[in-house]
Amino acid sequence: MNRHVFHKNLNTVLIYAFLIIIGFTTIFPLLWMLATSLKDPYADVSKLTSIVPSKCHWDNYRAVFVETNFLREFCNSVFVTFTITAGKVFTSSIAAYAFARMIFWGRNHIFLGYIATMMIPHSVTMIPTFLLLQKLGWIDTYYALILPEMFTAYGTFMLRQFFLNLPRDLEEAAMIDGCNSWQIYCNVIIPLSRNALITLAILIFMGSWKNFMWPLIVIHSAELYTLPVALAKFKEMYGIQWPLLMAGSVIMILPMFIVFIAGQRFFIKGITLGAVKG
Amino acid sequence: MIMGFPEQKHIGRNTTAWLYLAPNFLGFLSFTFIPVLFAIVLSFFRWDIFNPPQFVGFENLRDLLGMSIVNGKIAFNDPYFWKYLWNTVFLMLTIPVNMLVSLLIAIMLNHPLKCIGFFRSIFYLPTICGGVGILLLWSFIYNPEFGLLNQALALIGIKGPGWLTDCTWAKPAIMLMGTWGAMGGTNMLLYLAGLQGISEELYEAANIDGASVFQKFRHITLPMLRPTSFFIFIMSVIAGFQGGFDAAFILTGGGPAGATTTLSYYIFNHAFVWFNMGYAATIALVLFLIVLIITIINWRFGGNVHE
Repeated sequence: MNRHVFHKNLNTVLIYAFLIIIGFTTIFPLLWMLATSLKDPYADVSKLTSIVPSKCHWDNYRAVFVETNFLREFCNSVFVTFTITAGKVFTSSIAAYAFARMIFWGRNHIFLGYIATMMIPHSVTMIPTFLLLQKLGWIDTYYALILPEMFTAYGTFMLRQFFLNLPRDLEEAAMIDGCNSWQIYCNVIIPLSRNALITLAILIFMGSWKNFMWPLIVIHSAELYTLPVALAKFKEMYGIQWPLLMAGSVIMILPMFIVFIAGQRFFIKGITLGAVKG
Repeated sequence: MIMGFPEQKHIGRNTTAWLYLAPNFLGFLSFTFIPVLFAIVLSFFRWDIFNPPQFVGFENLRDLLGMSIVNGKIAFNDPYFWKYLWNTVFLMLTIPVNMLVSLLIAIMLNHPLKCIGFFRSIFYLPTICGGVGILLLWSFIYNPEFGLLNQALALIGIKGPGWLTDCTWAKPAIMLMGTWGAMGGTNMLLYLAGLQGISEELYEAANIDGASVFQKFRHITLPMLRPTSFFIFIMSVIAGFQGGFDAAFILTGGGPAGATTTLSYYIFNHAFVWFNMGYAATIALVLFLIVLIITIINWRFGGNVHE
């Protein structure tokens, strides 16, 4: 009996040790980034022996915002990301609603087409899309950043699967009460799918906030740079001033961190939705 | 048919339905369907976007995949393509390692302990933080003089290499970064969900039979997680073939000597640096073909993994 208890405790200790080691490996580089961003950019700051900055140079963050175009780029990123997130969630949720609850000519074929295109690499569509936008004269505008990102086959697919599993009683009751399709969408479908919608919105937000390649391709003027492109250029300019560079990185990461913490409750559950079923 | 419905009252029919579908469908047509067709047409042309396109038939494909035998040796028409394809595949060697680490973490998190939620969030951090910010952090970590890694190695008396500028170490450095970013992320959550789907009775039965921890893992956990593992593996391979752009662009510029250039970086360079639109489209389509074959394998052998 004692031996059993001992084994159980030993197991628990080993599991905690494992978790702490992995957790430390994960979080140490991030903490180091944070610490570096607070060090004096003009002193020899990068020694491992001085992990914690002796004095916090919050001034680095001010410098990043004031001495470069960072504020503008931050606002660009916020504007582009929020527009894309709202647009994508809206277009894919109404399309998924049509696929899941309505009957129309060609529905199954179109849906199959959506699924089939989900595996097409971005490199294939990227070149023609660039040429198309160039023809329209939209290269180096917000249109080029936003419009091609306004729809998602994946999101439509995920939401359709979710909508199909919603109980129909409420909708039928709403129909009997004389609600039209838009009222049913707003008052029945949306409230019932809150988790799925929030999960999708977080995924889109993260993807769009991090997106580096597309803005790099379609944007040439500095005043339209989004944060990732700005940071990459920043590295070319301030390559050796690590504290400033790390401050910029922290600023880029912080919004994703906040969104994740705020939506975590829905997100951790939602992310496995529609991916694997037992 | 993939979507059999029981006959029910439908909320809308043709016109109404199309109104709902239209915004999404227009986006789908203009930014996916037509571009794919356009890419196929483009692959038959040579076009630098400044001069009018020139029809060249299958020349792009021949230049890309063709090979001949010169003096008993195979000479590739585009040796870079094969080199970068090899790089892309080489970088994917981390997939099994990443999966194993993810599985281990998931197994540990599947115990009813305190602070599990806390650890889960910590492990997920690299996934949410990804992107250029984290790549800059790693360029700092790998810095030969000031970097975290070489300073840590110096503590135990080893002089570390210039991780990103050394032909031997550049690929492993990129791979290590990938493992750090992926081990506690989405794949781990998928494994965790898979583990929670395994019936407790199986383990109880094994306990009665006196199975060891390792035997239970080998004969219950692994087989029961097969669909999850297969799904993660296929998705990682598909992503792997398309990946590597951000790291190559930010960390190494594809170097040293092309050691970290992947196919997606090669396509980007052909299209947007050297303006060989037709050739770039051809490489992209070959990449698509590779992904397509893997997806078909997935359908044939993956069973009911994907609903």
